Amino acid sequence: MSTIPAQLRYAASHEWIKVEGETGTVGISDHAQHELSDVVYVDLPKVGTKIAAGAVVAVIESVKAASDIFSPVSGEVIEVNGDLVKKPELVNSDPYGAAWLFRLKLSAPAELEALKDAAGYKAQIGE
Amino acid sequence: MSEPVTLQKTALFGAHQKLGARLVEFGGWQMPVQYTGIVEEHKAVREAAGVFDISHMGEFFVSGGGALAFLNGLLTNDAAKLGVAQGQYTLMLNEQGGVIDDLILYRLHEEEFLLVVNASKIDEDRAWMKKNLPTGVTFFDKSEATCALALQGPKALEIARAFLGAGWPEPKRNEITSYSWNCQNVLAARTGYTGEDGVELFFANEIADNFFLALLDAGKPFGLKPCGLGARDTLRLEACLPLNGNDLSAMHTPIEGGLGAFVSLTKEADFPGKDILQKQKSNGVNEKLVAFRLLEKGPPPRPHYRLFMGCEQVGETTSGAPSPTLGYGIGLAYVEVDEAEPGTVLEMEVRGARVPVEVVKKPFYKRAV
Repeated sequence: MSTIPAQLRYAASHEWIKVEGETGTVGISDHAQHELSDVVYVDLPKVGTKIAAGAVVAVIESVKAASDIFSPVSGEVIEVNGDLVKKPELVNSDPYGAAWLFRLKLSAPAELEALKDAAGYKAQIGE
Repeated sequence: MSEPVTLQKTALFGAHQKLGARLVEFGGWQMPVQYTGIVEEHKAVREAAGVFDISHMGEFFVSGGGALAFLNGLLTNDAAKLGVAQGQYTLMLNEQGGVIDDLILYRLHEEEFLLVVNASKIDEDRAWMKKNLPTGVTFFDKSEATCALALQGPKALEIARAFLGAGWPEPKRNEITSYSWNCQNVLAARTGYTGEDGVELFFANEIADNFFLALLDAGKPFGLKPCGLGARDTLRLEACLPLNGNDLSAMHTPIEGGLGAFVSLTKEADFPGKDILQKQKSNGVNEKLVAFRLLEKGPPPRPHYRLFMGCEQVGETTSGAPSPTLGYGIGLAYVEVDEAEPGTVLEMEVRGARVPVEVVKKPFYKRAV
């Protein structure tokens, strides 16, 4: 069983987003980090990048493979988590905390409605 | 998505599920990629021992008075050099000298041979062999009835001795011996695909669960762990053991692949592609399979990344991963011979960016003897 915090919204592609005002903080779920296992490298977007919901915004590499990370909503990247460059393993140890990936200024907050709540995500991953 | 295919399961599928393995598709088979984690399993094999289900691999038995001549006319290495119970790494090529498969050939008896071939190549190999099979030579594909485990690591032999018992005839390097375990025949070959000492064990599917679980139990005090294909891949890559379909393919010859030691151009028998390999040996090759490492912290190498020298593309990667033993990214790549010398610095293109890599001597990892 993985952890699924109730206050977050989830994309079917396993990213979570925490919304505070116009800003969304994005990371990957505990289930996703467990599936990836042994994260060794994180490729983050550049601050200022404008992305559409569902577009590839980052890449997380585990020992086995490189996995695309999709933006759950549209917006502009306003901050990235530089700690992950030196400590990619944080994705495994603290997926909802120290391993947030980037922050977005939301350009279409209505898109949040299309995301799952904790119960919906839990059902999706069969837990 | 492609049309749905029914994935094959090994006799140990249920056991893997019970052990909590994550199962993935590999070469048409549903196989464990990991149980607890690739890095942990990798380290278990380097430091103690690991056991891998390799039942997806194929086992062909070839026998008869003409068996040796047949195999020598089909495979690159000189099978006549094998004494009874000895094995050798060898390759099956197409007429252009490209690799169909790489395999281990064992001489079980004077006129009986075992070929252990790659899972994804069983059908192609069998078709190629049957097409060329002369009268008087018998061919049996026992792949579906055979279970196989690779027990690998510095403690592997100790575990095998403890598990199989005092009467077990221990094979020497590259040898294969036969033994009766609970009245069931078990073949044990002193071979592997990890760069460590160890044995590969072949037995009937009927005893798969019992054998596997009893071996795990016997190995527990030695630190034995069940290991998946993820660790198998990083282990073999550190040892620079090629993976067919990645580092070997119909596009490249074993000479280009750096496997000239397993090609006998002096034996009398002609095998497919021999004339082309002969030419490459005398005239040289255009491309070579090299080992390379990342020079800076960066994205790990993966297959099919392009390698550059300045503006010019000079190669393409065929395998790559972060090395759990060395702590940096490593890979194999075909590069133009002018750029194939150890010490050559090239640039690897990853998602539009370039990172420096250095050609290094093979292998990345060699166990202390």
